[in-house]
Amino acid sequence: MGHVVVDVMLKSEILDPQGQAVAGALPRLGFEQFTDVRQGKRFVLEVEGDVTEAHLAAARDAAGKLLSNPVIEDVVSVHDLADEDAR
Amino acid sequence: MKIGVITFPGSLDDHDAKRAVRLAGGDPVDLWHGDADLKGVDAVVVPGGFSYGDYLRCGAIARFAPVMEKLVPAAQGGMPVLGICNGFQILCESHLLPGALIRNEQQKFFCTDQVLRVENASTAWTNDFEQGAEITIALKNGEGCFVADAKTLDELEGEGRVVFRYLHGNPNGSYRDIAGVTNERGNVVGLMPHPEHCVEEGFGPSTDGLAFFTSAIKALANV
Amino acid sequence: MSDLSMTPEPGHEAGAREHHTDSNQIIAAPQTDGLDTVTKAEASPDVEQPWAELGLKEDEYARIREILGRRPTSAELAMYSVMWSEHCSYKSSKVHLRRFGDLPSETPRGKQLAGIGENAGVIDIGQGWAVTFKVESHNHPSYIEPYQGAATGVGGIVRDIMAMGARPIAVMDPLRFGALDHPDTARVLPGVVAGIGGYGNCLGLPNIGGEVVFDDCYQGNPLVNALCVGKLRHEDLHLAKAAGKGNKVILFGAKTGGDGIGGVSVLASETFDAEGPAKRPAVQVGDPFAEKVLIECCLDLYAAGVVEGIQDLGGAGLSCATSELASAGDGGMRIELDRVPLRDSSLRAEEILMSESQERMMAVVEPEKLDEFMAIANKWDVEATVLGEVTDGEHLVITWHGEVVVDVPPRSVAHDGPVYERPLARPDYLDALQSDSASLLTRPSSGHELREQLLAVLGSPNIADKSWITDQYDRYVMGNTALAMPDDAGVVRVDEGTGLGVAVSTDCNGRFTKLDPFIGSQHAVAEAYRNVAATGATPLAVSDCLNFGSPEDAGVMWQFSQAVDGIIEACRSFGTPVTGGNVSFYNQTGDVAIHPTPVVAVLGVMDDVSKRTPSAWKDAGLALYVLGETRDELNGSEWACVVHGHLGGTPPQIHLDNEKALATVLIDGARDGLFASAHDLSSGGLAVALAEGAVRHGVGASVEFEQGNAFVSLFSESAGRALVAVAPEHVEAFEAMAGGHGVPATKIGETGGGALAVGDLFSVPVAELAETHQAPLRKVFG
Repeated sequence: MGHVVVDVMLKSEILDPQGQAVAGALPRLGFEQFTDVRQGKRFVLEVEGDVTEAHLAAARDAAGKLLSNPVIEDVVSVHDLADEDAR
Repeated sequence: MKIGVITFPGSLDDHDAKRAVRLAGGDPVDLWHGDADLKGVDAVVVPGGFSYGDYLRCGAIARFAPVMEKLVPAAQGGMPVLGICNGFQILCESHLLPGALIRNEQQKFFCTDQVLRVENASTAWTNDFEQGAEITIALKNGEGCFVADAKTLDELEGEGRVVFRYLHGNPNGSYRDIAGVTNERGNVVGLMPHPEHCVEEGFGPSTDGLAFFTSAIKALANV
Repeated sequence: MSDLSMTPEPGHEAGAREHHTDSNQIIAAPQTDGLDTVTKAEASPDVEQPWAELGLKEDEYARIREILGRRPTSAELAMYSVMWSEHCSYKSSKVHLRRFGDLPSETPRGKQLAGIGENAGVIDIGQGWAVTFKVESHNHPSYIEPYQGAATGVGGIVRDIMAMGARPIAVMDPLRFGALDHPDTARVLPGVVAGIGGYGNCLGLPNIGGEVVFDDCYQGNPLVNALCVGKLRHEDLHLAKAAGKGNKVILFGAKTGGDGIGGVSVLASETFDAEGPAKRPAVQVGDPFAEKVLIECCLDLYAAGVVEGIQDLGGAGLSCATSELASAGDGGMRIELDRVPLRDSSLRAEEILMSESQERMMAVVEPEKLDEFMAIANKWDVEATVLGEVTDGEHLVITWHGEVVVDVPPRSVAHDGPVYERPLARPDYLDALQSDSASLLTRPSSGHELREQLLAVLGSPNIADKSWITDQYDRYVMGNTALAMPDDAGVVRVDEGTGLGVAVSTDCNGRFTKLDPFIGSQHAVAEAYRNVAATGATPLAVSDCLNFGSPEDAGVMWQFSQAVDGIIEACRSFGTPVTGGNVSFYNQTGDVAIHPTPVVAVLGVMDDVSKRTPSAWKDAGLALYVLGETRDELNGSEWACVVHGHLGGTPPQIHLDNEKALATVLIDGARDGLFASAHDLSSGGLAVALAEGAVRHGVGASVEFEQGNAFVSLFSESAGRALVAVAPEHVEAFEAMAGGHGVPATKIGETGGGALAVGDLFSVPVAELAETHQAPLRKVFG
């Protein structure tokens, strides 16, 4: 079976308290080089067989309707998990 | 006056909302998330809770419940609708109200007796208040931080659509201390604090919540 | 559940298993095709079985073989081992807990409708209403994984209450942590609090009280106890029993996964690879939404009258539920285990039996009501599966794909576990500890020193304001909360029409129980009783959560026995039966046990909760009185601990008759509307009660004591006392009433002003009191 990945991030102008908490903790652990952190969400949708273009189109539709709230979030990526593994 | 209260799986304050309607002199009517039927009610309260566990985003799943298919056009047609806490989140997810609610800036659930200022006493749910009145309403949420882009916020301010503002400290990081907003017509109101917990002497921090429900009954009587 | 109504603590493996061995060394029972059946067990009597690794003693294993007349299958061995463990069988505590049964079962309001032997005790509160309540521990899981441990602790106690046919109406959490400033407390406490809030808030249950105590003795052994109260009409009482041949046995709620079965993995066959079932998590994960839906579904099922018997699934999961339901019924039971809906298809039969997956219930339903049952479950999207039925046999028979893997007399699993008479010995250290009295400590010699010491006590972790914690709990949901923390007791309305309601308080001063477990546990009962009475409610019944060190330590066992006796003596005097509770042993690190901590919950009733008395005054010009007698009693006090780092001597005296007289004054005064506020005097004494009273609504007080008496008046922790505020028009009636009951009422001053002023000795502005009180938790947790 295949997997479609949907990545969702808060829009840049929206407050991200979780990301800020992580950003605050990193320097305490010695990670001084990261100047900011934004936290997002990843959904992995399972399909029968390999991921097709139709699957991706349906996932983009679902991403806009349910998996994200366009008022505060952007869908930054919809892709086949296999493509990620290949990288 | 028949005021419906929707129960979703995970609704918590539906019973309290019905009690508040009753104490205000209205007739509460049970509405079920799975029935696309408003049962002829004159107004609707979308109560607090954790609909469907709120595991995706608060209100994101409830928005697609069958009852919402009827509620959204009814609200757009002018029916008074009040969203409290999770109900506010659901109305925002449904785009009946602008903006969205995200996790509290303080990163934890917070329950307190919150002072609010009534910024707009002309909506269907606030006409029984004095403009500028300071009221104390129970607040309890983990994701009550109201956010919207600057343009939307400016519009809300300019059109007098900010209905309630937090006083004496912002409990959740909401932009511009906004506790509640209304739509352009003033019939749909959403807020994070819980007026239904403030309707009886001795139970809750005040009885300031009762005027929300008497307001709706008055608004309906004047139609 | 077990016959002393003490339920197992889910997942408390550390307590249950006395031997830990590397599981790689275990030789599992042979599992041809991965399954050990009764037929195979009969054919292979000499197979080595990992009974020791499962925590069984050699004689216990021998007894299982004797009961069955053969070796147990691995599924049977798993069932017996977990059901005969300390946390399920109460094998070390049973001989002591039996003494609770000697108490009269009547409460001041009438008879108990269910008590010892059920999931939770049920008491009549009048007007056709009954309430059920119970306090339970979830200590060890909360130390391992604070958020999920505490969350599932709430979930478990709520299901216990649901299993009585009741609607849960409130929760409370008595908590004990190590030092406030210890790094591990910063890990454990926020997680525990977020877990309690995250789960309880999502269920829509108001959290109305509890305790938070910091002490080094809990550093590696935090105590996370959870209490739930439920209400029901008399006719809705449901009991856990499987009766009626042919009735269906239904599992409903969440799917079963590998939660909390780490310990059973010793049974995993070598035929499974390392990625297989051998690695199971010991941590259970909670889903509060599933539990909320389960609550509503159960209440609809009860209302429709389609449930004959009901049991929650907690510790020991299906093993416990099936064996207890069957042994409480009149026949046997047959279960097809392969029908259990699974979240993880690799689970084996014995793992399914042991799984402690949350949010599951088991019901016994008449066949003709099955369709209606399923329709209601379907309405709530709750998965329900018929696993089997009640039989007219005497055995619990469990099959796996048609093969019999369990065939046991259910009572032998659920109730006939081993009973130990553990040795008891008064600890050697006690003589030295008790002779080290606080009377030798240096006392403040000036108003300035008194002031400094009052602020030191007020700003100590135990006395400090706990709102950082309690503000993470929803205290308003359901709209019936009449009082919640920081009031002395939580009060919730039961009947909206009449105002009938209940008050609950939990208490235990572990320093007092350390100094003398018998007197200390009487203090625990008396303090909770007094707190309930302070609201105006009449105390009716007791539930307890007995947290102790290792029962294998004779000194700990002596403390335990003394504590049980102390609770019994206090309850006998107060006329309050012990309706249930829980025991948590092995709360110790190495040889060092926690202070004995018998947390006592007292529940009381009020005919109209709108008449309840709050703990703090709102107005100026009220007369302040101390009710009861103040003696020079500083042993084990907050003052001795904070100012001198001292713990020694014998605890303050306890006079149960005086407590009863005080309670009568508090209850009658509330009924007659005489009190503006009433606050029990306990930790930190009058000093803390005055400061808390002033801080709450920002109204100060001026008090005065006889020359030379200020220190003892302020810091003594004598029992049987309360601080009450009385409006001038009620003073005469109040004094006459207190006098009539023989309770000393000493006027110490009045409310008002912006400071707490003690004669010409010292004065502290209310703002400074508030800042001092709030600083400690804010400083650590932000």
